[in-house]
This record gives sequence, structure tokens and C-alpha cells, in this order.
Amino acid sequence: MAQHQVNYTQDGGLPVALTSVDKIVNWGRSNSLWAMTYGLACCGIEMMASGASRYDFDRFGTIFRASPRQSDLMIVAGTLTKKHAEFIKRLYDQMPEPRWVISMGSCANTGGMFNTYATVQGVDRIIPVDLYLPGCAPRPETLQYAVMMLQKKIRAEKAGKSQRQKRLV
Amino acid sequence: MQQPNRLRPFFENISFDRKDNEMVINFGPQHPSAHGQLRLVLHMQQEQITKAHPDVGYLHRGMEKMAENMIYNEFLPTTDRMDYIASSSNNYGFALAVEKLIGLEVPRRAKVIRMMLLEINRLMSHLFWLATTALDIGAMTVFLYAFREREYLMDIIEDYCGARLTHSSIRIGGVPLDIPDNFIHDLKEFLDKFPQDLKDYEDLLDTNRIWKMRMEGVGVISKEMAESWGCSGVMLRASGHNWDLRKEEPYELYDEVEFDVPVSTKGDNYARYKLYMAEMRESSKILYQTMDMYKKTQENNETELMAHAPQYISAPKLDIMTQNYALMQHFVLVTQGMRPPVGEVYVPTESPKGELGFFINSQGGPYPYRLKMRAPSFWHTGILQDLLPGSMIPDVVAIIGTTNIVFGEVDR
Repeated sequence: MAQHQVNYTQDGGLPVALTSVDKIVNWGRSNSLWAMTYGLACCGIEMMASGASRYDFDRFGTIFRASPRQSDLMIVAGTLTKKHAEFIKRLYDQMPEPRWVISMGSCANTGGMFNTYATVQGVDRIIPVDLYLPGCAPRPETLQYAVMMLQKKIRAEKAGKSQRQKRLV
Repeated sequence: MQQPNRLRPFFENISFDRKDNEMVINFGPQHPSAHGQLRLVLHMQQEQITKAHPDVGYLHRGMEKMAENMIYNEFLPTTDRMDYIASSSNNYGFALAVEKLIGLEVPRRAKVIRMMLLEINRLMSHLFWLATTALDIGAMTVFLYAFREREYLMDIIEDYCGARLTHSSIRIGGVPLDIPDNFIHDLKEFLDKFPQDLKDYEDLLDTNRIWKMRMEGVGVISKEMAESWGCSGVMLRASGHNWDLRKEEPYELYDEVEFDVPVSTKGDNYARYKLYMAEMRESSKILYQTMDMYKKTQENNETELMAHAPQYISAPKLDIMTQNYALMQHFVLVTQGMRPPVGEVYVPTESPKGELGFFINSQGGPYPYRLKMRAPSFWHTGILQDLLPGSMIPDVVAIIGTTNIVFGEVDR
């Protein structure tokens, strides 16, 4: 009798304890997404508007930081040109893990309307992207929704493991 | 000597010759207060800048080349992405240039609506300027206040054309839509409370000791310097040159409205700030007058919104649906594009940043042979290399702020 009972301090209990840790860590991570100010072009203005008085990003715990070393989230807002491509890679590498990237607007997604010699046809050719946000320029509400979707994604992740290598397109 | 490779391009236009006690600081291209993708290579002696080299091109998207492979109407939305803070003024500059090229006369009601849009855009741009400059200098409150007022204007524009930022609200030959019913009411409501908002900003900033220390006597541009560097707009007027294209070469109905051109002789950051504030007051003055003009067009029953030139502009929907020839012309215009006569034209307009000019060389085909934009911000970036030496590191941010440069426009 009682031989089938689980001893939570032994090996079988470890996953239960770890999922709880996952939940707590992910709760913290998803509710304090500090975004880097990466306004490259027009979408950067809408990103500023989301941070300003009407749309108030601070409610989500999303505070814009000027340094990549203090931020978890890079919102690539605007056209990435070939001349700038080197720097986005460098700044992405400077961000501490875990880190996430939102590609905001058509230009960052695919190059958008600028199919020219100077433009990178999608920021996912340089850095891995977690979330693509359509629109030219997306409204601040769209960006808010994107951040909420990213929070959902983070909550489903395993907190303990280091992030899996993300795929470049 | 740099080792150029694929990830590390060789910047042949920057010379890295330096003396030993000179420090070289790289400002940008991703700096939160560089207003976009400005890269400055600053040579410093202690805190003082001895040489500044603005490096542009980080947002170069090849717009001028794109224009050569697009029909004229197709290119219009691309102009939105130049000065994206006031996109209707770019739409307008391009539309006006094409209209001059083909010799179109725009109906009066369309002109009035255009003027409303232009002045709303000027207000939006100036409010944005105030917000970002104040934020760079450290006045977070003004940033939040100015963005709040800007959102009201964005709502009004959104009512008109459906977009917040990239409007495409002006067409070649007129405007696409009449203004919606509540437009005038909303605009009037906003304008009635706007002077109080401006007073709020000025109460916060005008006598603020930090603001004055950062602005007064910093970044002084003399009249000769402003002229020789090709400055325009507020940058030129703050240096004592009374020049506003709305007065000098009036377009639309600017010769019928009454407004002043604020001028200052000081030429420093503070003078530019005062001029921006004064220009906002003038813009609201113009907007009040355009509302009356709009009412008059309603009374006179002038309902035309697009110019009548079936060879270049599609006929009204009613004609297209009822007349065979109008339908054929419309089909050709949509599939092949309009073919302006052979010739070239340069049309300057006073955009919120300064003189925005479009040069079009047409060889008679549906695509422009060459299209060149003369964007004010480009010239205002150039002056930085003369303006920054001698000033301190914190002044750089304040000076960049008051030059009001937008990189979609600089690099195009």
C-alpha cells in the first residue's frame, strides 16, 4: 500500500517543481519586456507614439531603453538598409539572452515597397525574428497586440534552458 | 588602414587622420537622440568638438531611382515615406510639381482642402519637433504633452484619409475626397483649445533655467552662414533672413490668407524654438481662415475636387460608368499612366522643415526620366560640420534637435 505515492522531494517531483519555476520566471520576463529604441524610419514614429501619452506602453511593463545591454526586446521599426545591416547584427549580439525581436512594418518584414539596390529585403536575413508585424506603418494598437502575442509566446517557453538557436531565413 | 570586408565596409569618405591627444567619438547611427540614422564622427579635444563629420546614407532607400520606374500616380505614396512626420506636405510637393509640368489648374475647393491638410501637417510636425527636442534635453513632460495634442490632429487626419502617418491624402490634380462631416467641428474644437496648450508648453519651458542654459547662445548660425549652407525654413528665419515661400512665391491660396512670418535675428537654439512656437500660432490662424473659405465654397456650390483634364486625370466616376470614351481613357491612365509633355520643372514648396522642392525631367513617357527631391533636412545636416566645432558634447544633442532633421528626407 502507498507504494505508488509520489515523493515530491525525489526525482519524480522535480518536473513539477521546475514547471512552477518556469511559470514564475516567465511571468517576470513577459511582464517586463524592456525594448530597445530601434526606430529606423517611419515605424519608429509610431513606436514613439505607442510609448507616449495616449497608448502608454508602460502599462505592459515595456519601457524603452537606449542601450542594447539593458534590453530584452528589439523592435526593428523601419527600413533596414545594407549600409546599416552591420550595426543591427552588432547591436543584436550585444543584447543579453534571453532576447526577442519584433520586426515592425513591411520594410522590416520583407523590404516592403522598397525593392531597391539599397534595402535589405527583410531583417530576418540578418537577425532571427520572433514576430512579424504587418502594416505600413502599423498602428500603435498593432504594436501593442504584437507585444501581447510575444508575452504569450514567452509564457510557453522553458525558462531554465538557454534559448535554442533561432533560425535565420 | 581599414581592412574592408563584406561586413565591414570601407568608408572611403571619412578620414581617420588624428593627432594623439584627440579623441574620436562615433555618434550613431543608432543613437536615441540622433533623430533617425545620423552618424557623426566627432573629433574632440577634451569636451570640446574640433571636427564633426556627419555621415548620411543609413536610410538611403533609392527613392529617386524608384521614381524612374514608376508611373506618376504610383510614385505618390512613396513620397509619404520621405518626411514621414508630415507626409501630406511631400505628397503636395510632388503633386504640385506634376501639375506644373502638365499645366493643370486645381479646383478651388480642392485647394482649400489641401491648405487645411498642409497646415494640419505643419502643426503635427512642429508638435513632434517640440516633443522630441524636449525629450532629448530632458523635459519628459513636454514630450508627453505634445504627443497628446498631436494625437488629436492625427485623429482628424485619420478621419479624412484613413491613415495616421502615411497619408497619401493629395492626388495629382486635386484631392481624392471631400472632408467628412465632423471634420470642421473637430478641427475647430482642437484649435480653440490649442492656444492654452501652447501656453502650457511655454510655461514649462520659457523660464526653465535648464532649458535656457541648453538653448540660449548654443548653436548660433549667422545670417551669412545660413545662406551659404542653403538653409531654409525656420533655420534660415531664425538667423534673420525673412524668407518664406508661402509669401515669396505663393502657391495654392496662401496669397489670400493673412498670416505673419516670424523672424528672429539671434540664430541660436532658443530663437529657433521661439519661431517654432510662433509658427504653430500662425498655422492655427491660417486654419481658421481656411475653414471660412471652405464654407464659402459650399455656399457657392463649388463641388469639384479633381481638375478636369481627361488626358491626364481620370474623369469622374459618373462619366467613366456612362461614357465609353471616358472609360477607355481611364483604362489607359490606370494601366499605362499619364504622359506629361516633354520638359522639366522645379517646384519649391514650404514644407514644415523648409524648402522642399521637386525637380522632374519628363521625356514625354509615362515614367519621369529623372526625379530629384531637394529635401531641406539634407542641407541642415550639412551645416552640422560647420556648426558643431567649438561646442561641447551635450550641445550636440540640443543642436541636432533644433535643426529638425528627418532621415527619411535626408537619405531618401
